[in-house]
Amino acid sequence: MNRPMTLGEKILARAAGLKFVSPGDIILAKLDLCLGNDITAPLAIKHFYANGGRKVFDRKRVALVPDHFTPNKDIKSAEQAKLLREFAREQKLLYYWDQGSCGIEHALLPEQGVVVPGDLMIGADSHTCTYGALGAFTTGVGSTDLAAAMLIGQAWFKVPPTIKLVFTGKRKADVTAKDMILTAIARLGVDGANYRVLELTGPAISSLSMEGRLTMSNMAIEAGAVTGIIAPDKITRAYAQRRSQRRPRYYQSDPDAKYERVEEFDVSRLEPVVAKPHLPSNVVPVSQARDVVIDQAVIGSCTNGRIEDLREAAKLLKGKKVSPRVRTIIFPATPAIWRQALKEGLLEVFMSSGCVISPPTCGPCLGGHMGVLAKGERAVATTNRNFVGRMGHPESEVYLASAGVAAASAIKGRLALPREVRGKDWKKGVKK
Amino acid sequence: MKFQGKAYTFGNDVNTDEILPARYLNTSDPAELAAHLMEDADPNFAAKVRPGDIIVAGSNFGCGSSREHAPLAIKTAGVACVVAGSFARIFYRNAFNIGLPILESPEAAAAIKSGQEVEVDAAAGRIRNLTTAASYPVKPIPAFMRELVAAGGLMPWVKQQMEKKKSDHKG
Repeated sequence: MNRPMTLGEKILARAAGLKFVSPGDIILAKLDLCLGNDITAPLAIKHFYANGGRKVFDRKRVALVPDHFTPNKDIKSAEQAKLLREFAREQKLLYYWDQGSCGIEHALLPEQGVVVPGDLMIGADSHTCTYGALGAFTTGVGSTDLAAAMLIGQAWFKVPPTIKLVFTGKRKADVTAKDMILTAIARLGVDGANYRVLELTGPAISSLSMEGRLTMSNMAIEAGAVTGIIAPDKITRAYAQRRSQRRPRYYQSDPDAKYERVEEFDVSRLEPVVAKPHLPSNVVPVSQARDVVIDQAVIGSCTNGRIEDLREAAKLLKGKKVSPRVRTIIFPATPAIWRQALKEGLLEVFMSSGCVISPPTCGPCLGGHMGVLAKGERAVATTNRNFVGRMGHPESEVYLASAGVAAASAIKGRLALPREVRGKDWKKGVKK
Repeated sequence: MKFQGKAYTFGNDVNTDEILPARYLNTSDPAELAAHLMEDADPNFAAKVRPGDIIVAGSNFGCGSSREHAPLAIKTAGVACVVAGSFARIFYRNAFNIGLPILESPEAAAAIKSGQEVEVDAAAGRIRNLTTAASYPVKPIPAFMRELVAAGGLMPWVKQQMEKKKSDHKG
């Protein structure tokens, strides 16, 4: 008899060599991939050597992405990046990128087909949950777990219960995947999905592009979730077929799979939102926060630094200037996105409107470099966290929003809706 | 496994950016990290915390980033253990992996005030507030996890186990 499972449980069962798993089971599972960056991998490499590590378990299944403080922001970061570079060379890692080819890990790995549908993967970065959008089970861990994974290619998991989120209805103009996930986090709370999987389903998910789906899965961790998984469909297959470096596996949840609970969201009722300081769950409609004056607008990151986001921002910025009091920073998430934006003339639009364009890096999102805030300053950002001090001084503030809201706000000098900066005939341009 | 120390309290959803701001993550040297412990929640914390002190916080302690530097800085500063209403998943795993004992007790988290003297018995599952003489239930840390903490974390524990196996084999 086949017992029903969710797609996440099927991936865990397959990787553990079991026919069936259910929430609460503790399993030891084979990893398809593990990941570290220039902040977390140095500690993992230390652990690796301290425990007799000589060779990684498989040089094709360890990915190192120096993206956080690169191009190196100071001598100490340069030393950390050097440690990664030397380790990658010594171990002959297949997946290591340096400046010129390196991008933000969670945009780069799916784009390059390094992580594929059906994978079980851990990454020493909390936003490793991003690849759930591909129908993979991927989750953030610390450096010790990464070190163990590099040594033996396995990790233990307690099978988490799953909360199913069903998104129905048709989005209004200017309502994006970012607004959908922020709304969900507001309802669940920042620990509402702690030690749980979020399965994102429904017609309003099916109608999202892969880029929108990656934005949603990316922020599953902001509700505490292990991962934010989306069942693969035509869009997933088309995305994966073009780029996968390994054979994808497509899993679906059984119709009678067990969920801890189900939450429904009617997206037709949503309007563009922002998450106010200092929690991603602190969500209000932009229309109720239009008096918030800003000093900086940041458009990019692993959450919203893909080509669709840049197009959305450029459409609003074209032929306009950002407010002279708003420093507007665009950071495309990968070199391929950067090049695409160049080809499409988006970078020209950004330059002409007074923005500055950064190389691909995590940069200001975590207050690293390339746009750190001073005391009392306030930013609107398309990033994922607005914790105290996240983008700089502990007394600075971050408002999280979509690329459209960030671009409109940059023009207005305060939080603004995209329609506030469009001409009267803007509706002609909106896709039906 | 018993700890006794002065409590420092924090609220709900204390995230890893508050425990250890990303601007200090350009190093993985534990002492350097510990010098900035809790800086964005309490700028004076690193200067006043003493070995043996205990952090007491609300729910979802350690949410946010996966940086293992956060529990590492807490341990290196000499904090004996963290008691919270609940912990975020990645932090929970990281804490034991690097050998920092942590315990969940919503009752203790709600009642204990900063500056009070607290005794934690991790094996028996009891927290006593020595200042008020109140006591609170807490899930004990199981024997295997206590062993892991005593070894200094998962990696040193694994090494010990492997060496034990080797010497058993020889013996």
